[in-house]
Amino acid sequence: MNPDSVFNTLDISHYIYLSSVLFCIGLFGVLTRRNAIVLLMCIELMLNAVNLLFVAFSSYMGDSAGQLFVFFIMVVAAAEAAVGLAIIVMIYRNTRSTDVGLFDKLKG
Amino acid sequence: MGMLFIILLSPLIGFLFSGIIGKYLPEKITGWISSLSIFVSFIFSLQVFLDLTPNVAEPAGGPAFEAIGFTFLSVGDVFVDFAIQADRLTSLMMLVITGIGFLIHLYSISYMHGDKGFYKFFAYLNLFVFNMLVLVMGSNFLMLFFGWEGVGLCSYLLIGFWYRNAEYGKAARKAFIMNRIGDLGLLVGLFLVISSCKSLNYSDVFAAAKSGSLSTEMVTAICISFFIGAMGKSAQIPLYTWLPDAMAGPTPVSALIHAATMVTAGVYLVVRCNVLFEMAPAAQQLILWIGLSTSILAALIGLKQNDIKKVLAYSTVSQLGLMFIALGVGAYSAAMFHLITHAFFKALLFLGSGSVIHGMGGEQDIRKMGGLKSYMPVTYYTFLIGTLAISGMPLFSGFFSKDEILATVFTQQPVVWFLAVVSALITGVYMFRVFLVTFMGGFRGTETQKHHLHESPALITVPLIILTILSLVGGLLNLPELFTHDHAQWLKHWLSPVLGNSQDALHHPSHSTEWMLMGIAVSVFIAAFLYTRNKYISHASVPEEDAEMTGAAKWSAHKFYVDELYDKVFVRSTERLGSTMDKADSGIFAGLMGWVSSGISFMSELFSKIQNGRIQYYLLYMVIGVILMLVIKIFK
Repeated sequence: MNPDSVFNTLDISHYIYLSSVLFCIGLFGVLTRRNAIVLLMCIELMLNAVNLLFVAFSSYMGDSAGQLFVFFIMVVAAAEAAVGLAIIVMIYRNTRSTDVGLFDKLKG
Repeated sequence: MGMLFIILLSPLIGFLFSGIIGKYLPEKITGWISSLSIFVSFIFSLQVFLDLTPNVAEPAGGPAFEAIGFTFLSVGDVFVDFAIQADRLTSLMMLVITGIGFLIHLYSISYMHGDKGFYKFFAYLNLFVFNMLVLVMGSNFLMLFFGWEGVGLCSYLLIGFWYRNAEYGKAARKAFIMNRIGDLGLLVGLFLVISSCKSLNYSDVFAAAKSGSLSTEMVTAICISFFIGAMGKSAQIPLYTWLPDAMAGPTPVSALIHAATMVTAGVYLVVRCNVLFEMAPAAQQLILWIGLSTSILAALIGLKQNDIKKVLAYSTVSQLGLMFIALGVGAYSAAMFHLITHAFFKALLFLGSGSVIHGMGGEQDIRKMGGLKSYMPVTYYTFLIGTLAISGMPLFSGFFSKDEILATVFTQQPVVWFLAVVSALITGVYMFRVFLVTFMGGFRGTETQKHHLHESPALITVPLIILTILSLVGGLLNLPELFTHDHAQWLKHWLSPVLGNSQDALHHPSHSTEWMLMGIAVSVFIAAFLYTRNKYISHASVPEEDAEMTGAAKWSAHKFYVDELYDKVFVRSTERLGSTMDKADSGIFAGLMGWVSSGISFMSELFSKIQNGRIQYYLLYMVIGVILMLVIKIFK
C-alpha cells in the first residue's frame, strides 16, 4: 500500500484537530507545570504538534517544502533540548530544585 | 560714522574690563581705567559737538550724524536698526553724561576707596553710562527703550549696591518696580507708534506726525503713554516715591544717576518728541499740572527732612517738576537749559554731601553735624555755591535757567507762574536750611566724629571745584536778551533745528515785564535767605526731633504719608490678592493636580504587579495577547 494513501484515507481536518489538541496540551503544560523538565517536554510537544501539521499539509498539497521544515524543526528542537537540559542541570546544581516558580529574578 | 561707535563702546569696554578683570587689579588701576573710558567718550563727544557747531562754511552747523550697526529687529514689515545718531539735542546730552560722568568717576575712586565691591561699582557705573548713551544716541524708539531699561537696571544694581543691608535692597526693588510701571507706559506708547506709523525711527514718526496722517486722539494717547514712562524715570507724581529711597545707594550714584542724568531721561524723551507733544495740548496740560504739583509737593516734603541726601533727593524731584512745567508750556529749550544747569549744581551738591558724609564717617543726619565750615573749607565753599545756584542767586546758573522757565510760564499761565514761584521760595528755604544747619553753628556730633573730621582728598575736591565753576558760569549758555544782544539765547538757537517751529509760538514777555519777574525772583531768593538766616543762625535753632513735630510739620516730615498710602492701597491689596490666589492655587489647582498624580501612581502600582519576574506569567500574557490578536483578526 502506498504510504500516501494511508495519510489520504483520513480527512485533513482530523490532522488539524489532532495537532491543535496536542499544541494546546503542550501550551497548558508550559503555563501550569512547575517542573522545568516537564516544561521542556511540553515545549517539545508543541513543536511536534506543529511538525504534524506541516507533514499533513505537505502530503495534502503534494509539496515537500513542509517536510523540509519539519527536519529543520527537529534539528533545532534537538539542539534546544540539549542546551535546555544543560541549563536545567546547572540550575539544579545551584538550587537543588527544578521548580520554575523559584526563578523570579527577571523582575525589573 | 565711527566716532559715534567709539563714544558708545568705550564705556562698554570699560564695563567689561572692570567687571571681568578689575577684581584682580589694584583699585587705582581699575578706577582710572574706568574713568579713562568715560573720558575718551567725553573727548569724542566734544568733537561731535564742535562738528555740529555753525562755522563760516556751514552757518547752520554740520548735519546730524548717523551710524547704523545692524538690524535689531525685523517683524513683518517693521524693521528696526541698531542705529545711533548725534544731532544737536543729543550732543548736549552726551556732553552732560560723559562730562559729569567722568568727574563722578574720578570722585568715586576716592569715595569708594577700600570698598569690597570697588571693581563692581565701577563696572556698574560704566554700564550705566553706556546705557544712558544708548538712550540719548539711539535714532529710533527701540534704542531709546533699550537704554531706558538699561539705565533702570543699573540704577537698581547701584541703589542696592550695599546689598547686605536689607533696607537698601528694598529701596532698590522699590525703584525697579516703580520704574516698571512707567516703562509699561512707554512700551504701550511704542506699540501705539508701531501700529500707527509702521516704524520706530524718529524721522519717520515725526514726519508722519507733521504730515497730519495721525489723528489727534492717537497722538494724545502716544504722548500720554510716553509721559507715563517719563513719570517713572523722572520721578513725577504719582511715581516719585522711589527717588528719595534711592538715596540708599552710594553718594556718587545719587549724583550721577539720581540727579544729573538718568532722572532727566523723561525730560529728554519729551523734548525729543516735541513734534508729537505740540500736537497734543491735552497731554501738555497734563504734564504742566503734574509737573507743578510734583514741584510743590516735593519742595514741601524737603522742608522737614533731616537726612542731607533726602533733602537733595526731594529737591531733585522738585526741580524735575519745574522742568516738566516748562515742557508743559512748550518751552523745550528752557527745560533743557534747566536740565543742564541742574545737572551741574545738583551733582555738585550731591558730591558735596558725599564729601560731608565721608568726613563725618557715614553720618547723614544734619542735626548731628553743624560747624563743618572750619573743618572742610573746600566742601563748604563749593556747597555754598551749589546752594546759591539752586536757590536762584542772581547771575548764578540756576537763576537764569529758573528765570527762563518762570518768564515763559508767566506769559502762558500766570496761576502756574505764581505757584512755581512759591515752589522756588520753598526751594530756597530748604536749601539754606540744610546748608546753614550743616556748616554753621557749633559741632553737634560725637567726640570721635569731631576727631575724625577732615577735608576730603584732592580726588574728591577737584571734581567739586570743576562743578562749582560750571554752576557759576552755566548761565552763559542761555543768557536772556536783557543782558546781551549778540549772544543771547545761545542754547535756544542751538536747539532750533531739533525743536522746529514749536519755540517760535511762545510769547516772550516784554523787557519791563522781564525785569519785574527777575525782581520778584531776586526778592524771593532774599526772603528765603533772610528767613532761614534768622531761624538757624540768629536763633541757632536745630531742627526738632521727629517726636516733637506737630501739625503740618509732622505731615511734611512724614512725606505726607504717601508711602503709607501706597503701602495700604497697592502693596497690601496686592499682597491680599496674592494670598487669595495662593489659597486658590493650593486648594483648587494643587488639589486637582494631586488627584491626577495619585490616580496615575495608583494605576502604575496596579500595572507594576503584573511584572513579577515569573516567566510563566509572561508567557501567559503573551498567549493572551496572541489570542486577542486572533480574535480581533477574526471578528473585524
